[in-house]
Amino acid sequence: MPELTYADALREALREEMLRDPRVVLMGEEIGVFEGVYKVTRGLLKEFGPERVRDTPISEAAIAGAAVGAALGGLKPVAEIMYMDFVTICLDQIATNAAKMHFMSGGKLKVPFVLRTQYSLGRVHGAQHSQFFPSIFFQVPGLKVILPSTPHDAKGLLKAAIREDNPVVFIESGVLYRTKGPVPDGEYVVPLGQCDVKKTGNDVTIVAVSRTVIEALAAATKLEEQGITADVIDPRTIQPLDLTTILESVKKTGRLIIASDDVKCGGIGSEIAARVVEEAFDTLDAPILRVASPDMPVPFSPTLEQAYMPNAQKIIEAAQRLIG
Amino acid sequence: MLRKMIEIRRFEERVERLFLQEGALIGPSHLYLGEEAVAAGAIGALNDDDLTTSTYRGHGHAIAKGAPMKPLMAELFGKSTGTCKGLGGSMHIAIYPEKGSMYATAIVGSGIPIATGVGLALQKEGKRRVAMTFFGDGASNTGAFHEGINLASVWKVPVIFVCENNMYAMSTRADYAVAAESVAARAQAYKMRGMVADGNDPVSVYLAAKEAIGLARNGQGPTLLECMTYKLHGHGVYDRGDYRPKEEVEAWLKRDPIKGLEANLLKANLATQGDFDRIEKEVAAEVEGAVTFAKASPVLPFDELAEYVYVRQ
Repeated sequence: MPELTYADALREALREEMLRDPRVVLMGEEIGVFEGVYKVTRGLLKEFGPERVRDTPISEAAIAGAAVGAALGGLKPVAEIMYMDFVTICLDQIATNAAKMHFMSGGKLKVPFVLRTQYSLGRVHGAQHSQFFPSIFFQVPGLKVILPSTPHDAKGLLKAAIREDNPVVFIESGVLYRTKGPVPDGEYVVPLGQCDVKKTGNDVTIVAVSRTVIEALAAATKLEEQGITADVIDPRTIQPLDLTTILESVKKTGRLIIASDDVKCGGIGSEIAARVVEEAFDTLDAPILRVASPDMPVPFSPTLEQAYMPNAQKIIEAAQRLIG
Repeated sequence: MLRKMIEIRRFEERVERLFLQEGALIGPSHLYLGEEAVAAGAIGALNDDDLTTSTYRGHGHAIAKGAPMKPLMAELFGKSTGTCKGLGGSMHIAIYPEKGSMYATAIVGSGIPIATGVGLALQKEGKRRVAMTFFGDGASNTGAFHEGINLASVWKVPVIFVCENNMYAMSTRADYAVAAESVAARAQAYKMRGMVADGNDPVSVYLAAKEAIGLARNGQGPTLLECMTYKLHGHGVYDRGDYRPKEEVEAWLKRDPIKGLEANLLKANLATQGDFDRIEKEVAAEVEGAVTFAKASPVLPFDELAEYVYVRQ
């Protein structure tokens, strides 16, 4: 199977869906002439022209709003917000308009668009260019939320996202753009709401999201040397969330760690932990532990940023604490 | 146009009574009383297949675009037969895609970039359709307004941005809060046409809108059309607008858009008092029919709500 980078896999998804469906248009800052800050849209302006690859002014509210409107008008826009931090500028359009349109209209309106964005934790971008707050979207029913961790999933999930009839927030990880992985030749999509069980074991379940999937796999390999085997599960989409696969694993292992780059308070880990406790409290042999970022802004200093981030060592320590 | 204006006026008067006297309706509701000439004139200049977007003051836009009174009234009652099956309410009543009324937002200014996007879709479609969006003077102070009309101008999309300048954003006067000669003057900053119409004169609005629509259809981009008008009462149905100077209110009441149009029609021998009486009678029956229909309609079962959160793939 050919190896592609995460960024190249995303570009293949965009290109294939643009060829497949003439209603797909891209819009965002620096996506055309500059080909994307992370070169995800390289070559697309040349291939599809400025009508379908639309550079915008620095106007996040207008980018998101125009994507909503274009979707209402019959297009399938893929809007890019350069950094997840900038999503707050256009959150009104996503959370208060797009997410509620189908419901508020009694099911009449459809707003099929994808909002692509990325978080740059781990890239020494400081407090205002590293934020990762996916759990905000748990509080906004009506959105689907995708967090791919591999090139394979990046491509397959983006294609699925573009074919959705609902608004989708597609959150990429900046540190993963250059990572490589196998991507099959030819057509495939990854359906939303299906966990990927990356590794199987018996002693502990590690649910990991986006960048921390790599850390969880590294941790699981090291734990094996100590005789501890782990299920490593990547939910891939948090809305919808495939809780069934997680519950099945927890029933087997009795122990759960949730790793995620967002801050611990009110994060992905909080929500998954709550649901597991509600559904399967009696299968737990130990407390649920979260390996997340601490409740503070992201520090700039490269040394401090590394100390701040969830990593394999922190996951290992959590597992040791549970198994002891 | 007169018919539409009377429909809006009598519908809104009935809604006001349902709120204030009969206690049959609750929740926020922002009436279009006094502004009828804007919706009737501007939407009257559109083709049926053109698209509009509206706001929380949207009853008038919906009626002007052709939404029937029965589902509109039912929406106010929160009934399953409403324009949004009772899930939207007064502030989203103008979501009626069946007649090209595509959206109504309750967040001031947020519909403006959405209209730019609708315009983009129509531009790409290439069938010379246009989009028209409504908002107030207050919305012209939001970031979404400035970002939305800038992008519309950059992309030269076929959108008519209709500002209903009723001089007040709640109690805040436009001559205090809008730091510009006019809302229309703001268009110049974005290389966009700015036009001003008398929002209490449907003919003035119609002619200005017709010109802007024609230009948009011919690929000559968007227009910001400011219509000067005035609310009969206050911001919402419970607000009497007491903060407005009495003399100002009286002066505008003398410029009632419906009475003004009727006088002009009589003067030009284009209609008779009998015509007006006939319209009034028909509209009154339609409004009452809508109230009866709304009251008799069922509420959506709560168990079904989850079906409306996501489109099923």
